[in-house]
Amino acid sequence: MKYLADIGSYFIMLKQVFSRPTKGSVLKELILKEIDELVIDSLGIVIFISFFVGGVVAIQTALNISNPLIPDYLVGFATRQSIILEFAPTFMSIIMAGKMGSFITSSIGSMRVTEQIDALEVMGINPLNYLVFPKIIALLLYPFVIAISMFLGILGGWVAGVYGGFSTSDAFIRGLQEDFISFHIVYAFIKTFAFAFILATVPSWQGFFMKGGALEVGKASTNSFVWTSVLIILTNYIITSLLLS
Amino acid sequence: MIRVENLHKSFGDEEILKGITTTFEKGKTNLIIGQSGSGKTVFLKCLLGLFDAEKGEIYYGEKAINDMDDDEKKELREHMGMVFQGGALFDSMTVEENVMFPLRMFTKKKKDEMLHRVNEVLDRVNLVNANKKFPSEISGGMQKRVAIARAIVNYPRFLFCDEPNSGLDPKTAILIDNLIQEITKEYDITTVVNTHDMNSVMEIGEKIIFLQKGTLAWQGDNSQIFKTDNKDVTDFVYSSDLFKKIRDIQNLEG
Repeated sequence: MKYLADIGSYFIMLKQVFSRPTKGSVLKELILKEIDELVIDSLGIVIFISFFVGGVVAIQTALNISNPLIPDYLVGFATRQSIILEFAPTFMSIIMAGKMGSFITSSIGSMRVTEQIDALEVMGINPLNYLVFPKIIALLLYPFVIAISMFLGILGGWVAGVYGGFSTSDAFIRGLQEDFISFHIVYAFIKTFAFAFILATVPSWQGFFMKGGALEVGKASTNSFVWTSVLIILTNYIITSLLLS
Repeated sequence: MIRVENLHKSFGDEEILKGITTTFEKGKTNLIIGQSGSGKTVFLKCLLGLFDAEKGEIYYGEKAINDMDDDEKKELREHMGMVFQGGALFDSMTVEENVMFPLRMFTKKKKDEMLHRVNEVLDRVNLVNANKKFPSEISGGMQKRVAIARAIVNYPRFLFCDEPNSGLDPKTAILIDNLIQEITKEYDITTVVNTHDMNSVMEIGEKIIFLQKGTLAWQGDNSQIFKTDNKDVTDFVYSSDLFKKIRDIQNLEG
């Protein structure tokens, strides 16, 4: 019963996010601030993780294909497929659920605890539009983060494969080009947009409706990570079933 | 003026407000007092529209809040100023940005006009050289002053304060009380202060309503509260040793 009430409150929140808009000039500033805090500030960790995970994927693939019947370009092919189809969009989003999601939940939760959200309401401002809508708009840039992740993941695979002696540069690049289906890129970005929406709204919902004090802010951040990850995994399954199967 | 008629509010089966009827007058500091759990905060939140009452009416001027459409409610809220117990300052903004916030949201003033008004109200609450500081960098008393400045910056018609003295030393508490009273007169606004501080009652209680278990048990002013024979009120007023001693001295002096 509680889960039904939670789902209901999430959708009611979404309705309110898009009603009673905040003044345009203020909204513009809020969106730029959110782009800085959510997108730009995430680039460092995305670059670091993507590059090294790409490298690990290439090494692992190379070490598991000692059979001479398997073509040598498979390292590049497997790295490309893993990074584009799953690692960059899905697993990077789960990592972002921890980084970005906890930040969103704890900042909105702290505002709830210290009556800052009440202050917005008393002033006649729609706090959900003021706090959540700019995050949704800012995360429309999230696919660019994932594009960077894709590029660096493959680059990391190439560096590890070639300089680690697991593949030649020609074979790796041939693997990247082999049997390329451009719809896979479209599929990856469709699900990235869905994950961006989940990343902006689920942690906001957890923070906005939390009750209690500082301890509960911490609990809400943990719940936020769990809920966001679960929803990303479920959405990934549904979109994959619809678009690829 | 704010008029409240037969206000009821419950949470589940528990009735918190049990038919409160009173008025809060313009140009006066109106105090809501009572013990913890008497319904003061719920009453204040009903007045602010943060809680919907099940029964009864709250009139702002001549119009009941329940009869107002969304635009009228929005306009009313633009004319409300609120000082929260903890200040509720936006901690991502500087003092200047906090005070400027209502002007940015609700007016079409230019930046220099807004800045002029911000400096005017910060000066009024005796807060200088704090414009660029963040709330975490200033004291509790200064935070309350910033909260008052933010509440009055857009010339409100109604000012609400929830325990503005909590967490302050007695001297700063009196300064904040006096500031609230001076601003009430200066801006000719209806001020409602939620408190359980007897010093505030003595200093600024031009109209006092005493809540007891969700009912209005007594109302009057600060000259009447020490003479009333209402037992609930006298128990509350003379709950501290200091006030008991003052009463004993007054009795001795006849």
